[in-house]
Amino acid sequence: MAKIIVVTSGKGGVGKTTTSASFAAGLAMRGHKTVVIDFDVGLRNLDLIMGCERRVVFDFVNVINGEANLKQALIRDKRVDNLYILAASQTRDKDALTQEGVERTLNKLSEDFDYIICDSPAGIETGAIMAMYYADEALVVTNPEVSSVRDSDRVLGMLSSKTKRAQDGGEGVKEHLVVTRYAPGRVGKGEMLSLEDIGDILAIPLLGVVPESETVLNASNAGSPVVLEQEADAGGAYFDMVARFLGEERPMRFTQAKKGFFDRLMGR
Amino acid sequence: MGWLDVFRSEKKSSAQTAKERLQLVVAHRRSSGGDQPEYFPQLQQDLLNVLRKYIEVGDDAVQMEIEREGDLEVLELNITLPESRH
Repeated sequence: MAKIIVVTSGKGGVGKTTTSASFAAGLAMRGHKTVVIDFDVGLRNLDLIMGCERRVVFDFVNVINGEANLKQALIRDKRVDNLYILAASQTRDKDALTQEGVERTLNKLSEDFDYIICDSPAGIETGAIMAMYYADEALVVTNPEVSSVRDSDRVLGMLSSKTKRAQDGGEGVKEHLVVTRYAPGRVGKGEMLSLEDIGDILAIPLLGVVPESETVLNASNAGSPVVLEQEADAGGAYFDMVARFLGEERPMRFTQAKKGFFDRLMGR
Repeated sequence: MGWLDVFRSEKKSSAQTAKERLQLVVAHRRSSGGDQPEYFPQLQQDLLNVLRKYIEVGDDAVQMEIEREGDLEVLELNITLPESRH
């Protein structure tokens, strides 16, 4: 039985796909057989971030419609063992995902995989609800910025009402906060919401903090999940996040501003 | 205000303003129940209509809330009657 994890946020552009790619790759690097699925039908991008855009032949919608089987549609990652990608369709619209079809595909994947990562589209419509419906756990990706935090709160409301776990009335979806594009220097100056502020407002446990970093854009330019560069700040942050998810203790890094020359001179 | 006060004045940081604004909108969403069942507004309207067959009540006479405890759901209904005229 696989564990199903949705990566969601409500707002677009906060780092859902980056997080999905790196979280999935990180789990695979830790030896867990993992598949990451792009639920953003019509606007697929996970394939680009994962660097397999030229290898997409069949996609998620083909599988749902029975035009291809999973074996044909799953793309095996060339860098990381145990990592597979299921791309979204570029030509269909989001109504191409049927609840029945999604359930059937997830059940089938569940037989073979340890983790299924669902990369949600932005918004709160069909595609986003499909991505979260069967989830056991959720990574709520949030930027330290008002519109992102508000949308995350909205998504938390949906996780506790529109998912299968919520509707079955048992244990709900386990929620994790992932803060991305964090700039500790600006937090120190009072220009940016701090981790504590976001935690106070959203009231869910923090799984990881990814600093604002040029390595994220470099990695997406190259089509390589940033977690593969563990020496880099963002890569290290994602690798720590995966370790924490697997139950290991890792102190939060990249939450303090680097001390400048002047600070050190002043003994601050 | 002396010129030194410029340095002493404790201006609220923009992050602090952001936090306060967010706390308000989030509290509002949670209390107005972004998680209400879809039938809620209609049920509320229907209850008002039934009440109005018998008594005169205002639009806010019916307050409803759902409380969830484990697998138990409780629908809490508060109806405020108009002050009776003796």
